[in-house]
Amino acid sequence: MTFASHYTYWVTIFLAIAGIYIVIARGNLVKKLVGLAIFQTSVYLIYIAPGKLIGGTAPIVSPQFQVYSNPLPHVLILTAIVVGVATLALGLALVVRIKEAYGSIEEDEILEQDRST
Amino acid sequence: MATLAIIAQRNLFSVVILFGIYSFLMATVLVALDAVDVGMTEAAVGAGISLVLFLGVLHLTTGEEMKPLHRPLLPLAVALATGIMLVYGTLGLPAFSDPNAPPHRHVVPRYIHDGPRETGVPNVVTAVLASYRGFDTLGEVVVVFTGGVGVIALLRRGRRGKKEAG
Amino acid sequence: MKDYLVLRVIAKMIIAFMLMFALYVQFHADFGPGGGFQAGVIAAASIIFYAIIYGLPAARRVVPDWLVETMVAAGVMLFALVGVAGMLLGGNYLDYFVLHSDPVEGQHRGIFWVELGVLITVSGVMLKIFYLFAGRASGEDAEP
Repeated sequence: MTFASHYTYWVTIFLAIAGIYIVIARGNLVKKLVGLAIFQTSVYLIYIAPGKLIGGTAPIVSPQFQVYSNPLPHVLILTAIVVGVATLALGLALVVRIKEAYGSIEEDEILEQDRST
Repeated sequence: MATLAIIAQRNLFSVVILFGIYSFLMATVLVALDAVDVGMTEAAVGAGISLVLFLGVLHLTTGEEMKPLHRPLLPLAVALATGIMLVYGTLGLPAFSDPNAPPHRHVVPRYIHDGPRETGVPNVVTAVLASYRGFDTLGEVVVVFTGGVGVIALLRRGRRGKKEAG
Repeated sequence: MKDYLVLRVIAKMIIAFMLMFALYVQFHADFGPGGGFQAGVIAAASIIFYAIIYGLPAARRVVPDWLVETMVAAGVMLFALVGVAGMLLGGNYLDYFVLHSDPVEGQHRGIFWVELGVLITVSGVMLKIFYLFAGRASGEDAEP
């Protein structure tokens, strides 16, 4: 096991950690959603990166190529991306409503208002 | 990297633009990994629709993020600890692009060899998505539909007598 | 934004191109990357672009609310009906090879209709979400 053979995993882990950190550590709701989206894209990489074969090509069968990269993760991630944008839209709709109900999208201010009523 | 800038930036508008750039970079990386369908979808969805929606939300809310009240030491520690555990976990994973790794062996050779013959569709991803795993795609369309219905339920305003154009 | 002539002219050309590209991506799912999801998003993006340049009420006239809401549900119905058609012709739910005397041709047909259903629902949902977000802003012609 060398550095070169595993560093792709570490890059995706860095992205995942960055995304999670944004979600936990920042109070602004929109920024949390951006962090969540970053985390989602890192998960896509986690699935697709191991599927690639060096010297392979895109999984569209044609007589010129012999080796293909693994198409199964592509299918799963395609579904995941679209589901991700649906949840993102729902999250953003919630943020809009929260803004209208509380007047702010900072988590601390919202909790303040809840505590004081 | 774009992610570090996103963490540090407090002006939400630039955060959203950076996110769009990040999405495009991610799409390029995906294409470099031979995932052409996924790259195209990520580019269209992440850098297109997500951006528009984020910009819409920003228009409806504020543009600045508040200064954090307390130093985020605990979340940073949690994030780093999780990261270290994950890195430890990847030491057991197969090397990058190893043709003998388990994902490449059981079902996939059958899809690649028999797919074009059985379905007449050279694009294995479409064949698997629409035919071999059609149920998953049905579920996905239902999820998209449900998401749309959810947003409608959240954001629909009653017709309060406002004149609608068309 | 409708006062900027250059933007309007360019937008007209680009929107037509985007719609054509969406259809191209949709129908070439067999031979290149693409399929219903990408095509749906691109088609919705072209209408959103139209709405950005020409204003939301104009876009609502071109693609009215009832049409978008119908699209959202119609795509899912189409997908489900393809499955039922498979059942009626003798196979299991969502079997494609019974749709035609030649099983490979049946696969083609099934995939075509299914991707079409996906396209309709995805573009309808994306467009509807955009309408809701943008219409919330001020209730009239507003840029997102």
